[in-house]
Amino acid sequence: MKNQRYSKFAAILSVLVLVGLGVLSLNQGVSAAAEGSISGTVKLSGTAPHMRGIDMSKDPYCVKQHDTPIMLENVVVGSGGGLQNVVLYISEGLTGNEASAVPSDQPTFDQKGCQYIPHVLAMDADQKFQVTTSDQTTHNIHPLPNPMTGNIPWNKSQPPGAPPIINSWKATEMISVKCNIHPWMHGYFAVVKGPYATSDKNGAYTIHGVPAGSYTVTAWQEDLGTQTQKVTVAGSKPASADFTFAAK
Amino acid sequence: MRTKSFLQCSLLMSAAAVLAFSLPAKAQVSTVQLQAWLNLPTSTSHIGNITGNAKAGAVPYRRFCVGCHGPLGDGNGENAVWLDPKPRDFQLGIFKCRSTPTGTLPTDQDLFDAISRGLDRSNMPIWNTLTKDERADLVAWIKHFSPRWQNEKAGTPIQIPAEPEVTPERIKAGQEVFGRVQCWKCHGVEGMANGPSASTLTDDLGRAILPYNFSDGSRPKCGTSDRDIYKIFMTGLDGTPMPSFSDNIKPDEAWDLVFYLRTLQPHNAYNAKEKQIAKQLGLKPVAAQ
Repeated sequence: MKNQRYSKFAAILSVLVLVGLGVLSLNQGVSAAAEGSISGTVKLSGTAPHMRGIDMSKDPYCVKQHDTPIMLENVVVGSGGGLQNVVLYISEGLTGNEASAVPSDQPTFDQKGCQYIPHVLAMDADQKFQVTTSDQTTHNIHPLPNPMTGNIPWNKSQPPGAPPIINSWKATEMISVKCNIHPWMHGYFAVVKGPYATSDKNGAYTIHGVPAGSYTVTAWQEDLGTQTQKVTVAGSKPASADFTFAAK
Repeated sequence: MRTKSFLQCSLLMSAAAVLAFSLPAKAQVSTVQLQAWLNLPTSTSHIGNITGNAKAGAVPYRRFCVGCHGPLGDGNGENAVWLDPKPRDFQLGIFKCRSTPTGTLPTDQDLFDAISRGLDRSNMPIWNTLTKDERADLVAWIKHFSPRWQNEKAGTPIQIPAEPEVTPERIKAGQEVFGRVQCWKCHGVEGMANGPSASTLTDDLGRAILPYNFSDGSRPKCGTSDRDIYKIFMTGLDGTPMPSFSDNIKPDEAWDLVFYLRTLQPHNAYNAKEKQIAKQLGLKPVAAQ
C-alpha cells in the first residue's frame, strides 16, 4: 500500500519534472525567469549576389538526393529581401549571471543530402551540440576554430548510421566547419555568449529570455560581416530591432 | 629646406613604425610571452626516465630547426617558402602523429618519436643523430611555443589491445571495414590515393594535400609498425583531412583493418603474411558504390 503511494508520487513528480524540462527547452534563452524578448527582421538591400551552383558529381549518392540544382548558401535571401542564417546575439549589456548560464538543450547540426542543415548553427559557449548524419555516405566533420582562442580543432568521421557526435566549444567564435570528402560542404558554428537567435527564411528572428535592460545587439552574417544596434528591453514587452545589410 | 627634410624624415619614421608594428602582429605569440612561458614548470618534457629542459633545447633548435620552423616556432623559417609540405607551426599546437584522441595535445613521447623518425615525403629528416637528451630538450622547447601547453594537459593515449594473429577471416573483416567507413573515398579502392575526393583535399590552412598512397612503397608518415598504422586512423592526423574513426571502428575491428591495409602495400618487411593470405583468398578491391 505504502509502496503504491510512493510510486504514484514518483510518477507525478517525474511528469512535473518532464513538463518543467520541456518548458525550459522551448525557451532558447538563458534563464526561464527572463521573459523579455527582442525580435525583428534582417533584410538585404540591393541585388542579391549570385550563388554558384554546387557540382556534387564526385559522389553519385549526393547527386541522387536532389531533384533541383543546389546552390551555395553564403547569402540566402527569402521573400521581400529577408536574409536567412544571420546570427543575432547580445554583445554588450548582459550581467555576469545571464551571460554565464548555459542552455540545457542541444542544438543539432545534421548532414543531409550532402549539405549542412542548418547552414549556420548558433549556440552558447559551453552549450552541448550534436552533429548527426542522415546520409548513406561517409562524411567527416572538421571544425576549424583558431586554436589561439581556446577552441581546439578536431576531425571525426561519420559513416552511414554513425551515432551523433556531442561536443561543445569553450570560447565565443564564428567557427568554420567543413567536410573534406565533400569539399562543397561548408557551414558555421556560431558560438556566442548569452541569448541568441538565427534569422529564418523570411529574415525574421526573436531572441527569447532577455531580462529587462539596455543592450547592444549584434547581427552576424558570414559574408556581409556584423552590424550592431542599441536596444532597450522593458519587462516582458517585446523590443524590436531591424537590421539591413547592403549587398556587396 | 630644413622643414622639408624634417617632414620626409618623420614620414619615413612613421612608415617604419607602422611596418614594425604590423610585422609582429602577424606572429600570434610575442617573444615576451615566449620568455615568460619558458620559466614555467610546464617547460619540461618527460620521455621514459629522461627529463628534457626547454632552455637547453634552445641550442640544438637554433642550430638544426630554426631554418625551417623559424625563431618563433611559427613555421616561417627562412627556408619555409621553398618547402612543400610546409614546416609545422608549433604555435598552433596541432600535430599529425599522436597517440591521443583528435583535438588533444600529443604526449611528449609522440613528439620525441616524430623528431626521431622524421616525416616521410617531407623535408623533415630523421633526427636520430641527436642524442636522446638533446631530442628530449627539443620536445620541451617546442612545447613552449604554443599557449595550448600553458592551459592544457596532453591527451590520454588511446587504448590499443594486444595485436591478434593474422587470419584470413580478419583480413576479410578488415576489408569490410574499409568498405563500410569508406576509406576509399580518398585513398581509392586499391589504396592508390585516387579516390573520388582525393584531388580536392586541403589541409587546415587551405593548402592542397594528398591522401597516403598505400601502393607506392612510401612509409606512412607516423611510423611503419602495425601499432603506428592502428593509431593513424583511430586518432586522425590533426591539421589534415584524415579524420579519427574511433567512434565508428571498434578496437578489435581496427586490427582487422590494419591487416587489410597491409595487403594494399607492396611487399615490405611487415606484410609477408598478409600478402600471402590475400593472394590465397584472391582478394578483389572493394566496390565503390
